[in-house]
This record gives sequence, structure tokens and C-alpha cells, in this order.
Amino acid sequence: MRIGVVTFPGSNSDHDAYHVVKHVCGEESCFIWHKDTDLGRVDAVVLPGGFAYGDYLRTGAIARFSPVMQAVQAFAKRGFPVLGICNGFQILQEAGMLPGAMLRNRNVKFLSQPVHVRVERDDTVATEGIPRGTVLTMPIAHGEGNFYLPEDELQRLEGEGQVVFRYTAKDGRIDEESNPNGSARAIAGICNRERNVVGLMPHPERAAEAEIGSADGRRIFQAMVRALQAV
Amino acid sequence: MKARVYVMLKKSVFDPQGRTIQDALGGLGYRNVSDVRQGKYFELSLEGMPAAQAKETAEEIARRVLANPVIESYRVEVEQ
Repeated sequence: MRIGVVTFPGSNSDHDAYHVVKHVCGEESCFIWHKDTDLGRVDAVVLPGGFAYGDYLRTGAIARFSPVMQAVQAFAKRGFPVLGICNGFQILQEAGMLPGAMLRNRNVKFLSQPVHVRVERDDTVATEGIPRGTVLTMPIAHGEGNFYLPEDELQRLEGEGQVVFRYTAKDGRIDEESNPNGSARAIAGICNRERNVVGLMPHPERAAEAEIGSADGRRIFQAMVRALQAV
Repeated sequence: MKARVYVMLKKSVFDPQGRTIQDALGGLGYRNVSDVRQGKYFELSLEGMPAAQAKETAEEIARRVLANPVIESYRVEVEQ
């Protein structure tokens, strides 16, 4: 398997994602430059975390117009897996590839801390084979992660089963204190209807080895590899 | 031709920044400020087009780029 990682000007998790794919999961990886119009030979694409184009205007608002995004959209339309992490998730929303938008965190603070998220689906490219209800511990690092959709569209999102991760307590219970940023329905990650495009705010690539605090994030990359093998 | 674009969070969307400013104002004694909403303001200089076209172009830019229709609304004014 060959998983490409897009580098935008301002990406800061691209090397971590590359490292996890290549050295932790033992799969092939490569960097894709934001000006590239061709993704090359890849089986899946990761849009990494960071501050693409400085996050000027809005998070992800400029990045979505970069040349590579047209190729990423076409790639996703053909059914290939696309995983957006943090800023990558915000870019996918701005590009209209995932619903919703991110508001400033409820407490207007940049939050850099470990969180617990509960896996809500076991059939997306990021959670293939991870039992529903599994609680994963990964860090967040964002100022705009307060997931928003109008109420009627939230209901549609839930109805279509597009919620993939929710912020919970360590035991998987949903409570106010465990929702760090005020996200609607404690949503930490979602997918498109086809389940091949997934975005999440926590950073699995920063929690893929026990030596750095948690290896739970590795499971998301491994799920991606499993999803690719299942095709 | 100059176009002014105002982008605001929709009324239905909670504005954490506006609330923080409002709370600070309350702390300063401005207790009659019942709401604060923070927005964005853009000035676009548009060359070589009549007012109607400038407005249309600015509207298109506001819709496609400057505002996110999920959470924001916009208003465009063109200066003669």
C-alpha cells in the first residue's frame, strides 16, 4: 500500500503522518506537494494537520483552492480513501467534501491536550475493523474545532450514520466536561456518505507509539491499511 | 471601484469571541451592552468595471471565498 501525504505551506504534521505510515505501519508513503495536479501512484491520501496558508481568512479556506485539492476531490469521487486530520479536516469541510464548519473553541482558547474519543462506526476508511464503542486516546491541538451544523442538518448527519468519533470520558460516557471545544453532539470526526472520506480533529499521527504517550492513533492508520486491503 | 464586504456569523451561530468581548465590557462597567458580534470587513479594489459588474464580482468573491455559507452571511456595498 502507498499512502500519500499532502504538504501545504504551513503543514506541520506531514512528517509525523509519513513516519507513522512508513516506519510504524511498514507501508509505503510519499509526500505530495500542494502545487501538484497529479497525485501520482497512491492508494490513499492524508491531509495532515498544521496551519495551511497560515489559516488566513478561515482555517482551510485558502488551502481548499490549492491545485492539489482538485486532484484530491477527483480521487475521493473515484472512491479512494482520504483522511483529513485536524487542519486537513477543516480543509475537507471548506472544500465541501465533508459537511459542517468549525467555529472557535467554546472557551476561545487554543487547546493542546490529550482527549478520549469513542469510535462510532467500524466501516469507514479510518475505523475499519475497530469495534464500535472503542475509546481511543489522542491529542488535540486546535483553536477552531467547535464542530457546527444547523440542527436539521445535524439530524440528517446522525441519520446517515456519518458520525465516526465523539469526545467522551475515558470510559466512553458522553459528558460536558469531556467535550473540549463545544462541538455539537460532541462530534470529533465524521465521514461522507460513501465512508471513504473521513475527517477528525484529534491527531492519530502524534499518538502512534507508546513511547510518546499513546499508541492508539496507530489503530487508525492500521484501519486505513485494512480498508485498502479489503478493496 | 471599491467594494466593501462585511462578513458576520449567522444570527443562529454562537460567537465565542463576541461573547468574550461582551463579558470583558461588562467587567469594565459597560453593563448595558447586551450583545457583541464580531465579524470581518474587506475592501476590494476592482479595476476597469462598471458598478453593477463590480458588485456582481464582489458578491461572487464573497460567496465563494470570503464567507463560509455554513456559518456566515455577507453583505456587499460598492462605492462609486
